[in-house]
Amino acid sequence: MQAAFPLVFAALLFCVGVFGVLSRRNAVLVLMSVELMLAAVTINLVTFGLLAADRGDVVLTGQIFALFVLAIGAAEVGVGLAIILLLYRNRATVNIDDADLMKY
Amino acid sequence: MVALATAVGAVLAQTPVADPAGAAASTGAAEFWVFWILAPLSLAAAVSMVVLRNPVHAALMLVVNFFTIAMFYAVLEAQFLAAVQIIVYAGAIMVLFLFVLMLLGVDRELPTRVAQIRGQQPAALLLGALLFAALAVGVAGPFLGADSACNAPPDAVAAAGADAQPCVGLAAANEEGNVRGVARLLFTDYVWPFEVTSVLLVIAAIGAMVLGRRTERPEDLVDGRGVRKEPLRARAARPTGSTALDREAAE
Repeated sequence: MQAAFPLVFAALLFCVGVFGVLSRRNAVLVLMSVELMLAAVTINLVTFGLLAADRGDVVLTGQIFALFVLAIGAAEVGVGLAIILLLYRNRATVNIDDADLMKY
Repeated sequence: MVALATAVGAVLAQTPVADPAGAAASTGAAEFWVFWILAPLSLAAAVSMVVLRNPVHAALMLVVNFFTIAMFYAVLEAQFLAAVQIIVYAGAIMVLFLFVLMLLGVDRELPTRVAQIRGQQPAALLLGALLFAALAVGVAGPFLGADSACNAPPDAVAAAGADAQPCVGLAAANEEGNVRGVARLLFTDYVWPFEVTSVLLVIAAIGAMVLGRRTERPEDLVDGRGVRKEPLRARAARPTGSTALDREAAE
């Protein structure tokens, strides 16, 4: 398998995530789209590690960076869902169009 | 759809799929087939997650997507990452998402309203397509040729000639086992980022608890020394504080 296939696939996945972030108005679904983008980035990291397999531990370094991305994604989901809960408690909606308190 | 995708893949890769060669060649061919079966499935799940109106259906599509991505990791020689992806993402995080969706009761379709930004969805589609073009050229473009024939069947590597990068160190990197290799590197070279990540997770857990605590005085959470200030908005804890109420208060 050539490395371009996972890379193009990850780019497609990332762009689907970008479209979700830009077009959905349910805050939970926006967070899910962000998770999609993180997964695409992780695939890229693993693929680039695989490309440099002849340089010793680099193949595993890509996987370790992917592991860090996974951990940071988990932390992000925890805080993000807490913020969404707080938004719902204060505004009785999770529509991000209604969260306009800090709008110019 | 799968048949179409595999046909396109065979054309793109320019490798004979029915390759009666030995074990090394069949490994590359197997990865090739797994990729071209899973990639359309994963993309279809991702697109339907973005498009579906019911948030619970979207969450289930995201579970499908995470499972396919875990199988990608297995194909890309990252077995530990595949297991972690299923346990953490498809298990824990998706349960958290569904829990919040059902707790808030937003699992039904949101009322369709006029978007505040006109033409938001076409603009998002255009921006996504532009970003894909940029990413395909910038990130994947340098690897479009046969010079990055990693994990390819040997004849594809031979056809690439002197430019081939046939991943010679892959077996050596994984010979002690993927989990053992990842753990060795994680606890020697990357032990400091690992510890920082653990601190980050603790901070995230504390932050989620602080944000989720029900209180009328947000100052209590950050100032524990008995300093009592007037709350900015005494009605912050009112359960039905909607935007209409806010506009009334502003007027």
